[in-house]
Amino acid sequence: MYKILKRRQLNDTVVLMEIDAPLIAKKALAGQFIILRVDERGERMPLTIADCDREKGTVTIIFQIVGQTTMLLSQMKEGDSLADFVGPLGKATDFEGAKRVCVIGGGVGCAIAYPSAKQLYTSGAKVDVIAGFRSKDIVILEEEFSKVCDNLYITTDDGSYGEKGFVTDKLKSLIEAGNQYDLAVAIGPVPMMKFVCEVTRPYGIKTLVSLNPIMIDGTGMCGGCRVTVGGETKFACVDGPDFDGHKVNFDELMKRNGTYRAKEQHDKEHCRIYGGGANA
Amino acid sequence: MPNMSPTKVPMPEQEPDIRNKNFLEVAKGYTAEMAMEEASRCLNCKNKPCVSGCPVNVRIPEFIERVAKGEFEEAYDIITTTNGLPAVCGRVCPQENQCEGKCVRGIKGESVSIGRLERFCADYHMKNSTAKPEKPQSNGKKVAVIGAGPSGLTCAGDLAKKGYQVTVFEAFHTAGGVLVYGIPEFRLPKAIVKKEIENLEALGVEIKTDMVIGKVLSIDELFDMGYKACFIGSGAGLPSFMNIEGEELIGVYSANEYLTRTNLMKAYLDDYDTPIIDSKAVAVVGGGNVAMDAARCAKRLGAETVYIVYRRGMEEMPARKEEIHHAQQEGIIFKNLSNPVKILPDENGRVRAIECVEMELGEPDASGRRRPIEKQGSNFELPVDTVIMAIGTSPNPLIRSTTPGLETNKRGCLIVNEDTMQTSREGVYAGGDAVTGAATVILAMGAGKQAAKSIDEYLSDK
Repeated sequence: MYKILKRRQLNDTVVLMEIDAPLIAKKALAGQFIILRVDERGERMPLTIADCDREKGTVTIIFQIVGQTTMLLSQMKEGDSLADFVGPLGKATDFEGAKRVCVIGGGVGCAIAYPSAKQLYTSGAKVDVIAGFRSKDIVILEEEFSKVCDNLYITTDDGSYGEKGFVTDKLKSLIEAGNQYDLAVAIGPVPMMKFVCEVTRPYGIKTLVSLNPIMIDGTGMCGGCRVTVGGETKFACVDGPDFDGHKVNFDELMKRNGTYRAKEQHDKEHCRIYGGGANA
Repeated sequence: MPNMSPTKVPMPEQEPDIRNKNFLEVAKGYTAEMAMEEASRCLNCKNKPCVSGCPVNVRIPEFIERVAKGEFEEAYDIITTTNGLPAVCGRVCPQENQCEGKCVRGIKGESVSIGRLERFCADYHMKNSTAKPEKPQSNGKKVAVIGAGPSGLTCAGDLAKKGYQVTVFEAFHTAGGVLVYGIPEFRLPKAIVKKEIENLEALGVEIKTDMVIGKVLSIDELFDMGYKACFIGSGAGLPSFMNIEGEELIGVYSANEYLTRTNLMKAYLDDYDTPIIDSKAVAVVGGGNVAMDAARCAKRLGAETVYIVYRRGMEEMPARKEEIHHAQQEGIIFKNLSNPVKILPDENGRVRAIECVEMELGEPDASGRRRPIEKQGSNFELPVDTVIMAIGTSPNPLIRSTTPGLETNKRGCLIVNEDTMQTSREGVYAGGDAVTGAATVILAMGAGKQAAKSIDEYLSDK
């Protein structure tokens, strides 16, 4: 059992939890993920690691309530325990020694963009962060981000906070203003990552994306998380979850993430979307 | 006088039309009377060919002699001197190629039903005995076992009996490996696997779930933690796909995923959260036991039409005859001599059909089976909404890629000394599918047993 040491509501639908998992905390690197089960009858749900504290032995997860499992998880309190917490899974992000980086987070995806920004910034890179949200009331991690970047730009779709517009608008204007990024890291809903890649492609800026397909085991066993990257089939759980965004077939990923969506709507009591929604 | 009936005492089974709608066990098991009658067919031959056919050398004629006398607990004790998982083996071993394949009674008629008798003894014991195995005196030496499947559990049990402090590290949330994620409930009830594992725990084996070795801890770190030897039984978990057009469509599963959702994650039970596609028509590609399991699960999950698509003929199918027979009885349609060419989408990116080409058999290939050759222009479509690929698996690279000095062959299988099961690293042993590629439960158990013996010899010298 894995105890919840801290629970913090970041906005109406986004929750942060610190889980007691010392072995995982010791090994986890930016970009890796865990799989959890809330209870004995629950699904296995993958979540990218938002932060970890090696001394305290804790792993931080941040998730949005989108379906059955995230709903159950959100109802757990400090002191409660999760049935299972496995990791760290997947490969750590390879920043390839980038010196000038733009980290782009969308919605709850900011939770996963944060450790990337933190790692890049503490290793000496110059980091700009663009964090995009629908509106002011769901802005998360502003304070945390401000400590791990040179420039933080917040955008909201409705203009209620920061700059009005999408992260892609801001990214484009930063590039056009002469910022010469040698790497972009985009983490958020699949359409956002797809459009960020379309912005960076003409400039030849390498763009890493963190994919969140449906999966069960997280060790390469089920093959459910297969994605097409550069025309080849990859298993996101062991070959990723980070990939070169310019090579990812995002349309296929969006379709595959919808595998159980109709069923979910039809039968809300007994099943849910996972993977496709939890990080999105 | 032995019972000279040329045929086995028939196994009571659920009717095909009833069982293909539920997940209860198909074969109900012998009654005591049936077991004694069947046991009396054994000739108790002097040279015991059956024992030589068993990878763990169960003392077959001895236990059967006890069954014939109605001494079922005594029979159970004889079996468990060499086999730690009799309730499992009695159900899923391919006896026809092993013990029963060598039975003298099989020359003129049917062999003695050794598997059913083994199952009977194990079930009798589970039902009637509350005795737990006693925990042996510890010798203080720690051994790590990676993977709680058939090879790992066997190795762990044998070492625990000798007094070793064994910890089994399992990646999934439940111990059992393929016995729980792969083989369906209707062939091997999970309560039985659980009981067998509880017996191991009573022997002192510690099982740590949620531990992906190679990620959370490396093998080198296990040695640093005080483990003196290590057995790798991590199986062959990586599913193969055909690399044909359309495999990325919604509705294409690996058999691993489909079976794991169904068996381990209990997608067939309403009170579990696991989603699975409500299939109407399913094509399972492959001809092995896994293909049969997937097809029969699909039928039970409510599919009206389930095809097995296999590129060779019925004779060449690697699945056990009994599994094929059961699948046929349950209404699975066999499309043999057919090979998938591509999977066709509907307008939403879901599977609409699978296009296959007819095959004919040519000369035997390296496997000794006749090579299938495409019949030009014979393409046809099967209208299905789900395709399950059951064409094999290979070993998972997580451990080999994080353990320096561990040699593997070009298929990714760990290389071991076949007599000792030792890998290229001192103190590191391996067995089961991680070494052989996908094979059987009992072969994995045999390897686990051999490795336990070698580990004991290695550590006795230390």
